Parts: sequence; structure tokens; C-alpha cells
Amino acid sequence: MIELPILNYTYDEEQLGFPEPPKMPDPSIGVGERIATGAIALGILGVLLCGLAGFGRGGWWAIGVSFGLLFAGGSSLSWFRFRDTTPGIRHDHTMFRSVQRRGWIAWGLAILITSFYIVFYWYAELQNAGMPPLLEGMIRLVDPVSFALQGVAADQYFFYGFIYTLAILVFGVRMIMKYRHNRYHIIRTISVSFFQLGIAFMLPGILRRLDQPEFYFTYFWPLQPKYLWPGEAGKLSGLLEGGGVIGMFMIGFGIFAILVATPLLTYFFGKRWYCSWVCGCGGLAETLGDPWRQLSDKSTRAWRVERIMIYSVLLAVVLITILLWTNYYLSQGILGSFSRIAYKTYGFVILNMFAGVIGVGFYPIMGSRVWCRFGCPMAAILGILQRYFSRFRITTNGNQCMSCGNCSTYCEMGIDVRAYAQSGENIVRASCVGCGVCAAVCPRGVLKLENGSSLHGRYS
Amino acid sequence: MKHAVIIGNGVAGITAARRLRSIEPEWRITVISGESRYHYSRPALMYLFMGHMRYADTKPFEDHVWEEDRIELVRDWVIEIDADASTLHLHRSGKLGYDKLLIATGSKSNKFGWPGQDLKRVQGLYDLMDLHQLHENVRGTRQAVIVGGGLIGIEFGEMLHSCNIPVTFLVREKSYWDNVLPAEESAMVSRIIREAGFDLRLETELKEIVDDGSGAACAVVTGQGERIDTQLVGLTAGVAPNTDLVRESNIETGRGILVDWSFRTNVPNIFAAGDCAEIVTDGDGRNLIQQVWYTGKMQGKVAAEAMAGRDVRYDPGIWYNSAKFLDLEYQTYGFVSNLPQPGQVNLWWEHPSGRKGLRLIHSETGEFLAMNIMGMRARHKVCEGWIRDKRSIEFVLDHLEDANFDTEFFERHDPEILETVRSQM
Ligand SMILES: Cc1cc2nc3c(=O)[nH]c(=O)nc-3n(C[C@H](O)[C@H](O)[C@H](O)COP(=O)(O)OP(=O)(O)OC[C@H]3O[C@@H](n4cnc5c(N)ncnc54)[C@H](O)[C@@H]3O)c2cc1C
Ligand code: SF4
Ligand code: SF4
Repeated sequence: MIELPILNYTYDEEQLGFPEPPKMPDPSIGVGERIATGAIALGILGVLLCGLAGFGRGGWWAIGVSFGLLFAGGSSLSWFRFRDTTPGIRHDHTMFRSVQRRGWIAWGLAILITSFYIVFYWYAELQNAGMPPLLEGMIRLVDPVSFALQGVAADQYFFYGFIYTLAILVFGVRMIMKYRHNRYHIIRTISVSFFQLGIAFMLPGILRRLDQPEFYFTYFWPLQPKYLWPGEAGKLSGLLEGGGVIGMFMIGFGIFAILVATPLLTYFFGKRWYCSWVCGCGGLAETLGDPWRQLSDKSTRAWRVERIMIYSVLLAVVLITILLWTNYYLSQGILGSFSRIAYKTYGFVILNMFAGVIGVGFYPIMGSRVWCRFGCPMAAILGILQRYFSRFRITTNGNQCMSCGNCSTYCEMGIDVRAYAQSGENIVRASCVGCGVCAAVCPRGVLKLENGSSLHGRYS
Repeated sequence: MKHAVIIGNGVAGITAARRLRSIEPEWRITVISGESRYHYSRPALMYLFMGHMRYADTKPFEDHVWEEDRIELVRDWVIEIDADASTLHLHRSGKLGYDKLLIATGSKSNKFGWPGQDLKRVQGLYDLMDLHQLHENVRGTRQAVIVGGGLIGIEFGEMLHSCNIPVTFLVREKSYWDNVLPAEESAMVSRIIREAGFDLRLETELKEIVDDGSGAACAVVTGQGERIDTQLVGLTAGVAPNTDLVRESNIETGRGILVDWSFRTNVPNIFAAGDCAEIVTDGDGRNLIQQVWYTGKMQGKVAAEAMAGRDVRYDPGIWYNSAKFLDLEYQTYGFVSNLPQPGQVNLWWEHPSGRKGLRLIHSETGEFLAMNIMGMRARHKVCEGWIRDKRSIEFVLDHLEDANFDTEFFERHDPEILETVRSQM
């Protein structure tokens, strides 16, 4: 006979789920953690005060008590927070925290970041319309860094690069502490931090100081289409005319990177060599974005939308490139004004709104890789290469998957990893950025990212 | 058109339903379970409780597949099987006829007749009912006691730790799970449990659970007569096949529901598979009960084929299993006995950190038999192949690195392992 309490059990798990259980107070908030939190609070205050009051010209001490405190507090917070836990996967309470499960804190944060992007993109216009010079004061804060690096005062783009890099470094420390039992994550995080700090932030500044054209060696066509767009649309002419030998080298590098290096590296290592080791967008997603990776949509419907969108963007950038070149050779003979509208629209809708506002601003709502998954044309190319011409795969260990779902839950690209693992199949998917988190969180060690010895036998 | 009914939407029942659909496109298929509407992953219970995943994340298939596959899902309890009329009695939704029936009712937590085992604030950890209960029971719990060591016990402890509740383990054995693990592995597990801040009492039995006067537990008394105050008692002394439904029917049971190698019970058209099934073996009299995920999957698949009338026989293959004790991963391939067996040679390497270990077992004639691996990952295909192909231990050592499945850049120990185990040969 079945017992009565069981017969009477009618809890609606679909509607109600299993909310946060009551907790005993956490005994372990240490002094270090408190000091770090205090430093962050002071740093934020410093940024706002300096920004509003225009203390920016205070030089190094002003940046020290604002961004300096933020950096020190932010990175030591994760240090103190994770130091006392044993190394391993620590995802306790992730789904209970308002900020990580689309609660009101998450929405507030999303609105904040999105507003920042709007202020940033329409800076001049808003300024003219009488917006208080909040951003101006903050930009002045980073002047000392700008002078040291590029010999001139900071502008809004330098400021953006500065806070972007700061975010990657601070959250990079968090990433390394969180996954310190796993060398893949440590090395990968050091790699993205290096490429952001050294190649995407410092090098362009140094080039400027040397009177060379600005150039980001970590971005190339089609992610940064301007490097191969002719005329006023792109930067190609500027590099040719103003850059001399170095300009030629940069153009050559850009062409080599997409035509030779990309297929070759992707053949051997999969798209991860770029998306989770080099790229700045990926770098931000893998550091700042990590707390929100579980928000990606895993449904097959989302996968369909993904394929339509990402290949449309790729098609758009290819068509615009062809259009611009055709026009260039015909010296604006036909379609002159149309190609202008096309590239301007692309720049605004895809690069500004999609990659920036939605891509980063919506981290707390849609997860960390929305742009990489639905929009990035570079990811589209890398994806096709990975799917058809790469030795990379995620191997499933026999029949050992117990369908728990940790891998799918924490896949930032919304890949339903479990669907493959529980059927004993390997995972060969265009969108996989090779972050390795699925393999790290799997409690049964079922998954392994691997570069096989050939294209064959990837699927099982 | 035949109607196949499956009781239980666990891995065995669901695998059977899906397999049956693929070989019998026309049949009507119904799956009944009182626990949940959709199939979810039972091993994910702890991650659900600790907030690693939402309930929806624990479902291995998207909700729309059931309709697409025309598998009808009924959320109800079956209270009686009327085999003569080929009819089931459901608790809320009346009667349901069947042509073929699969019983896949899983397991139940063991209770060994301890005084006070049915008090409030005393519970096992097996299903969503237990999880629901636990949400209520952790409220006001300042100290918990878990009785019985094993895989579920340690998960239970980890769950309580995530609520900052101190946990005392009462374990009858000399060392954690040493009725399954050899001494070295068991010592390693016991050590990491203690290091994680659990109060592990070995060689300690539960004598009784004390009533606080209102019908709820307030303390336990150990075999040594010590009283430990507690507001929550977890019973995790293993599980047993859930035969509640068939106990009073004419379906034969032993410890589980007795079936042959095609999962047929003694009653025509009634099958049983998964945790609840006990396969009657022909020879040595020791029947086979398998209570893990992958066997449930394999059994469900074969049972479906048998239901469709195919001539199939279950092949359990080479045994393996994997688990995780807190942060310590564990895998086993082949049959590793907890005590040294005559005719077998054990080779053991342990990393100085005490968090990694490898045991290789071979016969006196040098044939590789089985292995345990702690804190590292091994490649299933390779290890299984060694055992199946009866490789020599020399071969295994020469190819040890082929078996590595750790994530990239992990520290490798092959040279030390080889040096240590060769010196033991
Ligand atoms: C906490 C926990 C962790 C685990 N971790 C692992 C692991 O890591 N690896 C591993 O291999 N195994 C693990 N297991 C074991 C594994 O989950 C089981 O072996 C497996 O789920 C058994 O599947 P099953 O389909 O036979 O039964 P179950 O999954 O138990 O499904 C039986 C279903 O039938 C329903 N039912 C029973 N009676 C009736 C009735 N009369 N009417 C209607 N419905 C009924 C039940 O409610 C239940 O939903 C774990 C088990 C637990 C409890
Ligand atoms: S499948 Fe795994 S490695 Fe690939 S993106 Fe998803 S989590 Fe990262
Ligand atoms: S995390 Fe591992 S066990 Fe869980 S579903 Fe994914 S592959 Fe399977």
C-alpha cells in the first residue's frame, strides 16, 4: 500500500518550483571581505563625486581614490570571498540571488548599463541638449593614464576602453579565484586579460603617441569591418595614406588574420582560440559576464532564432563590403547614397545597439553572450569553420551522463549540452566558444574539450 | 492498436516510453507518475535545493517532445494493479486499461525500524516529496544529524551545509562507505568529509530518535548512549526497490520485483525495470538489483523492446559508476571489492595532497580486472576496453596516458603513478 501523505502530495513543481530554503546566518563574512566591500563603495562614491564635482584634474590621487579603489576593492573582494572556500564548483544560491536570476536588482543594473551606453553614444548630442557634464568629469579622471600612455588628454573612447579593461581585470580575478582548481580557466582568463590590457588598450595608445594610426590587432573584418572598408566608410584609406609601412603592415595583418590565421587556428583548436582566448567582447563575457551565464536560453526555438540572426548579420556585412568596393571602383557611380545608408545603418544597429547596448547592457537579463551568439559575424565565420573544418569537439565520456543539467544550465551560448551528453554523443556545435565551463561544472566528469588528431570520428 | 502503460516517469520508465515509441509508432503510450508531471533528473535533486539550477533545468527533455512523440503523461498515483482485468486503479483519475504494463517505480529510502523513525523532522532524500519536506524541515534547524554514510548521505550533508547548518554523520562502518570502497579510498573520503567541517562519527549506530513531545524529533541517541540534540534527522542508510504497489498482488517479489533477463514478471504482459526490478539470475543464485542511472536507462530500453515482443536479453556489460564526494570525483570500472580478494593483486597510488588516487587491480596471472580513480577523470572507452579485451597489466601501464580524461592543462602524474605501482609489482 502507498502511504497517505504520498497519495495526498500534489505540489505543483511546474508553477511553484523550489524556492530558496531558509538559511542559518552565514558565519563566515571575514574582515577582508568587509574592507573590500567598503573600498568598492568608496570607489563608486569617488567616481561619482569626482565626476560631478570635476575633481578630475586632481591627477593621480583623484583616479586613485575613485577607479583605483574600485580596482583594489573589486579584485580583493573575490580574493577574500573565494579564498576560504575549498577549490571546486561553487554555485550555491546562484538561482536564488536577485541579481543573478533576473530579479529587480538585475533589472536595475541592466537599466544602469544600458543608460551608460546611451549617454556614451549620444554624448555630444546630449551635451548640446544640456545634460549635466557627468561623463566629462569622469573622463577627466583618467587623464593621467591617458597622458602616460598616449601623451594627450583622454577622450570618451579612451575612457570607455579604460573602464572596459578595468572590468575585465577585476572580474578576471574573480574568474581565476572561482575556477582556481581548473588550469584551463586560469590560463584562458590570463589570456583574455592580456589581450585586452596589452593589445586592445595599451598598444593603440602607444601607437597614437608614436603618431601611428590607431589599430586594434585583436579585431579584424568582419567583426571590425572598417579595416577593410574603402573610402569614407572605413579606415582602409586612412591606414594607407597616413600609416606608411606600419599602415601597410596593419592592413596586411588584418587580411592575413581573417584569411589565413583564422581558418588555420580554428582547424586545430576550434573557434575558442579567438572567442574565449583573444576577443575583447568574449573577454568581457567570460569575466564580467560570468555571473549571468546561466540566463542563456537553451530551447531549440532559441537555437533556430540564433541561426537565422547570426547568418543574416554575416550576410549583411559581406554584402555591404561588396557594395562599398563596387562603388569605390565605380567612383560612387551607382548606389552611392544607398551604400552610405547601408554602412551607417549597420554601424548603428549592429555595432552600437546590438553589440553594445544589448550585448553588454542586457547581461543581467539575457546572459553574457547575446551578441556573440545572435549577432557577431566573426563568430558566424568561426562557427562554420568549427562545425565543418575543425578538429575540436567536446567528448562525452561513454554513457556516464546522468542528465543532471549543470552543463546546459551554465553554457553561456545556450547549447543544450546535456541533449548530446545523455545520448552519448560528442558535442560539435558551431556556436560553442570553448569556454570549458560545461566540462568544469559536470559533477561526473563526463565532458572534455579536445583537439582531436583529425577531422574524423568527431561525433562519437 | 495496443496500449502500453508505464508506471513511473524516472529514467527507466521514460527511456522505455521513448524507445517503445520509436519501434511502435502506432501504439498508445501512457506514463503515470505521482511525483511530477514531467521527467526530471533525480541525481540533480541536490543542485535544485542548493540553487545551482531551477527546477526546469533538471528536466532532460523539453516539454513539447511528449506531445510530439504522442506520449501521454498522467500525474497520479497507481494504487492497484488488477492483472486479471488488465486494469489499473488510479488515486484520482479512476481506472485505466492496458495491454502491456511496465512497472518502473524506482526505490525507497531504507528505514531499519529505528525507534522514532516516523517522527516529524525525520526524513530520507529520494524524491521531490522529500525535497519539499526538506524545505520545511530546515526551517529552525540549528543542528542536523545524518544517519548512514553513502553517496546520498554526503549529498544530503552538502545540501545542509549550503544552508549553514552544522551536520553530524552517524556511520556504522569503520570508515566512510568502506562496505563499498577499499580502505585507502574510504580513508580519503573520510578525511575530506572532516576537512569540510562535518562532524563524522564512525562506528556509531543510531539507537533511537527522541520525540520532543509534539511528535517531532529533538535529539538522537547513539549506540554508545550519547545524546545529540538535533532538529533534523536525515535517514540515508541506502535504498531498496519500491515494491509497495505490487506487494499484495500476484506479481512475485523478492527484495525487488522478480523479472527474467527480458524484464518479464511472472504475470503475462507485465514487465518491471530500473531500480525496482530484481533480475533472477540462472546460476549462482545471487539476483541482480541495479540501482543507478545508467542501468535504469539500459534496462528501460531493453524492457521496451521486450514489451514490443522482440526477443531480447539484457546485457549489463562491464560495471562502472561515477560519483562525487563534495569536491572529490570518483570513478570505478569493473568490479572493485572493498576487501582484497584472493587471486587479485591491488596496486595503489596516492598523490601527496591526499586528494587524488588510482587503484589498478589485476589477477595473479597479470590480467587487468578493475580500477578506481579518485580526483582525476578516466576515459570510459579506454578503461572499458582494457577490461573487456582482457589486457595485461603491463599493457595497461604502458598505455596509461590514453585513459586520461582530465580537462586540458590539468597536472598529470603518469610518471609518479608508474613508478609507484611498478614498485608494488
Ligand atoms: C539523491 C540521489 C542522487 C542520486 N545520484 C545518482 C548518481 O549520481 N548516479 C547514478 O547513477 N544514480 C544516482 N541516483 C540513483 C538514480 O537516481 C536511480 O537509480 C534512478 O533514478 C532510478 O530510476 P528509475 O526509473 O528506476 O526509478 P525512479 O527514478 O525512482 O522513478 C520512479 C518513479 O515512479 C513513481 N512511482 C512510484 N510508485 C508509483 C505509483 N504507485 N504510482 C505512480 N507513480 C509511482 C515515483 O514517484 C518515481 O517518480 C541517485 C538517487 C538519489 C535519490
Ligand atoms: S558547450 Fe561548453 S565549452 Fe561550449 S560554449 Fe557551452 S559551456 Fe562553453
Ligand atoms: S553536467 Fe555532466 S552529468 Fe550533468 S547533464 Fe551535463 S554531461 Fe550529464
